[in-house]
Amino acid sequence: MALSKAEWLRLEKKADELRNLTLDTTYWAGSGHIGGGLSVLDIMTVLYHKYMHIKVEDPQWADRDRFILSKGHAGIAYAPVLCDLGFNDKELLKTFNLSGSTMGMHLDSNKVVGVDASTGSLGHGMSIAVGTALAARLLKKDYKTFVVLGDGECDEGSNWEAAMSAAHYKLTNMISFVDRNKCMIDGRTEDVMRLEPFCAKWEAFGFIVKEIDGNNISELCEAIDFAYANDTDKPVMIVCNTLKGCGIDFIEDNYLWHYGAFDDEKYEKAKESLKKTYAMRVARAEKEGE
Amino acid sequence: MAGGMTYTAIDSTSLQTAEIYGQALVELGRAHPEVVALTADLAKSTKIGDFMKEFPDRFFNVGIAEQNLFGIAAGMARAGLVPFLSTFSQFASLRAADQLSTDLCYQNVNAKVIATHSGTSFGQAGSTHHAITDLAVTRAMPNLTVICPADGMETYNAVMAAYNTFGPFYIRINRGFDNTLYKGTDYGFEVGKAVTVREGTDLTIIACGSCVFQANQAADFLEKADGLKIRVLDMHTIKPIDKEAITKAVMDTRRIITVEDHNVLGGLGSAVAEVVVESGKGCAFKKLGIQDKFAPIGLHEDIMNVLGIDANGIINAVREVMKADFELDDDWDDEV
Repeated sequence: MALSKAEWLRLEKKADELRNLTLDTTYWAGSGHIGGGLSVLDIMTVLYHKYMHIKVEDPQWADRDRFILSKGHAGIAYAPVLCDLGFNDKELLKTFNLSGSTMGMHLDSNKVVGVDASTGSLGHGMSIAVGTALAARLLKKDYKTFVVLGDGECDEGSNWEAAMSAAHYKLTNMISFVDRNKCMIDGRTEDVMRLEPFCAKWEAFGFIVKEIDGNNISELCEAIDFAYANDTDKPVMIVCNTLKGCGIDFIEDNYLWHYGAFDDEKYEKAKESLKKTYAMRVARAEKEGE
Repeated sequence: MAGGMTYTAIDSTSLQTAEIYGQALVELGRAHPEVVALTADLAKSTKIGDFMKEFPDRFFNVGIAEQNLFGIAAGMARAGLVPFLSTFSQFASLRAADQLSTDLCYQNVNAKVIATHSGTSFGQAGSTHHAITDLAVTRAMPNLTVICPADGMETYNAVMAAYNTFGPFYIRINRGFDNTLYKGTDYGFEVGKAVTVREGTDLTIIACGSCVFQANQAADFLEKADGLKIRVLDMHTIKPIDKEAITKAVMDTRRIITVEDHNVLGGLGSAVAEVVVESGKGCAFKKLGIQDKFAPIGLHEDIMNVLGIDANGIINAVREVMKADFELDDDWDDEV
């Protein structure tokens, strides 16, 4: 089912706001994981603003959908999502990474409202997601668990322990994503430690794999709709090909921007670039939306 | 005690310590539907098979994947279940150390680790299966309560206390049979409070795990043979440690020997030493345990003998400390 043009435009507007807020947070913090934050932001925008059942006024609502950002270093983009929703005061973003703040670069679920798991050390999130998904089954709850891994993170063997168990337990109430931006701290993923054939690996571990452009809102929605409609007993993995630093042209697809800082000049340049990105995104939605 | 199961010494001579844990878990499972059990291909070895039989839907064997075991337990706990996860102490504390620290302790979830085959109790398996650093590792993890029960009775009490206390627990128990120290479960077990197994004024032996029984035997012998009055403390809770009992031992006896089936670096002895030093009072002090080396292979009782942490070794250590005439040092003016 195609995404309506109005819905697409609504989500693009939200994604644009959140990209700007992520850039602002990086600017306020002095530096941050902006590259991997921007690559995963469209996934979070779509989940939090179209699919997830949550209650801002009741963050621990037992029936809420769970979101686990296994690539916890993207906290600089996740915190804006949660603050924008109202889980936490937006002003807190101005303290991000600063001494004494409740918000460090890897969000603490006991300090930042709305965070379902404290991540940061890589290769933990999918196991936790398997746990919440198994608990849903046992407690007879309908909530879904969404988990997002980084592609570099998939070097960690623990992910594959978790993958094996998700398939073994037939966890169709869990929808997984990999933010496949093909970059990691020290270089390109294929140069540092080859992941390909990446989709085939997930298929071999028992997943139904959808490979999409993870910075295309329409493709994201289509893939998530597919996962919701999944009537097999296999869990779904959505491999999202993305651009590190998506939306800011001079940092895009550059692993050196895994972690970076913006001075005033770069910040203004980045703002201009985000404007252009939004204009292009709107034009695409206008053209391709129905 | 919750559930009303009463164990006696007779049970613990016919049941291995882990089997008592297994039965306690079934008891908890019957009373509390949110209790689940997990293991990593060690259901038989960790004796949680009875739970598996009675509650197959609440039992999860994740295969030989300890990191995943801990992560799944954290996720379950976050969703309202109370997971009891069991594997060997060595794997629980080292193979899955990051998950134990980050997923369980940092998140402060209500999950209980029952780590079996602790210390050198799986003696013949060798050092890959001895856990000689787990107390050092786990007691440095914030939010974690660390317990090393003396026998099956105490294991039962520790497991029940873990259920009744919110937060992550690490309970290390032995493989196989333990000598029975307590006649039953009703002796006033309390997390964080040492049990005074016997009173004394000449010297205090502070022990944990299977070494408590050995310490008590040594004290019994030394009373008859040497006329010594030795206090024996069962320091089952390594964290939070019972500072009051340790400080009192310093003041009352001025001589302390710690005994543990663990490296002397970082475990019970270190935890006690920290309290002794901070008390600011003089005290003769000796740590018995594994002297920073990998332990030999053999039966547990033989290894304990070689390491000097059985009754014989403890007797020798007590006599050595009692012989030292430190009280005659010119600086010594703090005797009470």
